[in-house]
Amino acid sequence: MKQQIIVSGIGGQGALFLTRVIAQAAVDLDIPVMTSETHGMAQRGGTVISTIKVGPFASPLIRTGQADVALLLWEDNLGVHRPLVKDDGTLVINAEGAGPGLRIDASGIARKLGNAVLSNLVLLGCAVRHQALFCDQQACAAAIRKLAPARFVEQNLQAFYEGLNG
Amino acid sequence: MSDTAIHLVMGNEAIGDGLLEAGCQVVAAYPGTPSTEIMQSIITAKERAGGPLHLEWSVNEKIAFEVALAASYTGKRSAAIMKQVGLNVAADPFMRTAYLGTVGGMVTVVADDPGPHSSQTEQDTRLFCLQGRVPVLDPSSPAEAKAMIGPAYALSEKYRRNIVLRPTTRISHSRQNVALGAVPVMNRPSSFTPDPGRWCATPAFLPGLHGALNKDLEAISREPEWQPRLTPGDGSRPGTALVASGIVYAHLVDLLDELGLAGTIDLYQVLMPYPLSPTFIERLRADYQRLLILEETYPVIELQLAHPGAVGKQGGAVPRVGELTPDAVHAVLADFLHLAKPRQTGPAQRGQRPSLCPGCPHRAAFYTIKQTFPDGIYPSDIGCYTLGMNLGAVHTVHCMGACISQGAGFYQAYRLDGGDFPTVVVTIGDSTFFHAGIPALINAVLQRARIIVVILDNATTAMTGGQPVPHLGVTAGGQPTTAIAIEPLVRAAGVEFLEVCDPYDSRALTRVLKQADAHIRSDDGSVAVVISRHPCVMDPAAKKIRSPATAIITDECIGCGTCVSEYECPALSLNEEEGRAVIDGDRCIGCGTCVDVCPVQAIEVKELS
Repeated sequence: MKQQIIVSGIGGQGALFLTRVIAQAAVDLDIPVMTSETHGMAQRGGTVISTIKVGPFASPLIRTGQADVALLLWEDNLGVHRPLVKDDGTLVINAEGAGPGLRIDASGIARKLGNAVLSNLVLLGCAVRHQALFCDQQACAAAIRKLAPARFVEQNLQAFYEGLNG
Repeated sequence: MSDTAIHLVMGNEAIGDGLLEAGCQVVAAYPGTPSTEIMQSIITAKERAGGPLHLEWSVNEKIAFEVALAASYTGKRSAAIMKQVGLNVAADPFMRTAYLGTVGGMVTVVADDPGPHSSQTEQDTRLFCLQGRVPVLDPSSPAEAKAMIGPAYALSEKYRRNIVLRPTTRISHSRQNVALGAVPVMNRPSSFTPDPGRWCATPAFLPGLHGALNKDLEAISREPEWQPRLTPGDGSRPGTALVASGIVYAHLVDLLDELGLAGTIDLYQVLMPYPLSPTFIERLRADYQRLLILEETYPVIELQLAHPGAVGKQGGAVPRVGELTPDAVHAVLADFLHLAKPRQTGPAQRGQRPSLCPGCPHRAAFYTIKQTFPDGIYPSDIGCYTLGMNLGAVHTVHCMGACISQGAGFYQAYRLDGGDFPTVVVTIGDSTFFHAGIPALINAVLQRARIIVVILDNATTAMTGGQPVPHLGVTAGGQPTTAIAIEPLVRAAGVEFLEVCDPYDSRALTRVLKQADAHIRSDDGSVAVVISRHPCVMDPAAKKIRSPATAIITDECIGCGTCVSEYECPALSLNEEEGRAVIDGDRCIGCGTCVDVCPVQAIEVKELS
């Protein structure tokens, strides 16, 4: 089992949390995993990218054209990060309108749930619904329970299920 | 928590765990990306320690190093933690410690930032160690970084030398499944034995200490545990080998695997780039005609190898600038092994640039400064507020604390020409002020520099995630301590003009800035200090007391775009089709500081129920 995933967004959108949830799912499934994250100045609303490599890898970074899946929280990043994804890789995009890839208005759904930041887990739910990831619904839900602060667990899970059920 | 449990751990957390599990009891750090979370993770995990710990966010890296060093003198295991430019601040004690040595194990963790992702330089701490004659370890993964720490303390105690562990951003900010281990109870009562010939070494002692250092380095370079590791090839590429260290080794392993080349060529991983093993150097000379040396960021291994067939940074075959990403390694390897050229990647489109948060008090301060002194000179410094560049209110950013001295330098240069001088408005964060601003302020007053220093006080070290600052009166572990107020320090430095102002009140700040300008231009004017004080919008306490509000654009909007171009709040954008400004309700916090920016008063703040 080997899968290379990128999570693309802008600072403040919860890209790091989404990355951790996916990686935690791998840990719980007993699969080796490595991630790399953007911190510091670039986190101040700037374009950020995380990489996740699931399976026996040594390096956390992804080469051009090697990512199997891209989760995009910010549609405008498509031009920036598309080259990392395989030609036949899966794009899962937080977007209102039509266009390439699997698309869902994750921000709109998250806003209805009361917090735009939840778009990260709505997007995850969408990716799982389309079986784009190595992990299933149960593994993701367990990882969310483990990582979300106690008082936000239910709200986080709700966002995930909204994405999961489309 | 069981001892063997596997956790998803960030490289910095793995290093923090490694320090605890090696029995380190005194840890001193100054926050800086990418090193910050090491200390943070020790603070979080401190309950795991069986014995007492002393953890501190020191006011700067020199002080952190000296605190850890003295703890080592008493026999305790200690650590000093910083980023690569932090080592410049600590350079003075660091260089001398190489000669004088340590007693209890001392590890200095210096996180490098090839790339650089959030730093002033891409300098290589391994080269600094070569210059300082300090052994340095170069891990290739979070798990390996952690595994190196126990043996690093053993090495430190065997030779009584400071040992540097040098992770890079891709180690520090990667996550990996890592097992937690037990934390030992060290039970080492502090015991300091005065040894003036060593701890106060005057020049008379130094040649002897230098000689002893050289002898130790020779022995350390031959330590079996730290010899380069060979993964042998199948002999299909005789006389050729790859040599790598740090994260580049990991990129290379994955790349060889993906290209189907794993196990076809001799591959060496260098664990300790300095001092480099002489037997390794001899072996490479005897056994190989061609070598590819992959290391970040400077040719530290390559220089020591001095191998006639080495291909690396010196000849330009390996890029000398920037991170050696897997793509960069791929291109270099393809050239070296005559493989098919990798697919050309077009110039990547630029993403969203970083910006001060919506509601950031610094933005309000910068805007007012710029409005008040449109022809001013604006030296600034290192922190979130560096992003004041986007607003045109930051003209220089050099290194921690340099802004006040630079501001003074600008003034002195203009003064030489006689006549009028531009208003120099220096901006410096509160954490930076304590770090290196105070001596610079004293100097500016002493030299009667007619400048305005605005201390942007948001009561936290915001850029690195909100570490406590001295005027909060809280230690690294959250315990109460003496709060060191900024105002008395400023007054004690001889500053005669000092005002405090909330930058959300732009009229008040404008008034204070004008008074400050009048002061610096008065007959016996000197430095004027304005403290621009408003809590960071990321501060949870500040968030809690904020009443929910959002800004709205009224029908008065003429779509001129002034608010977007002049104020650059991420919540504001211009819908060009509709010819009007738009406020993103998800991001706006309703601070209302943009209201005055609009030339036609089309922004209003609406309370949310």
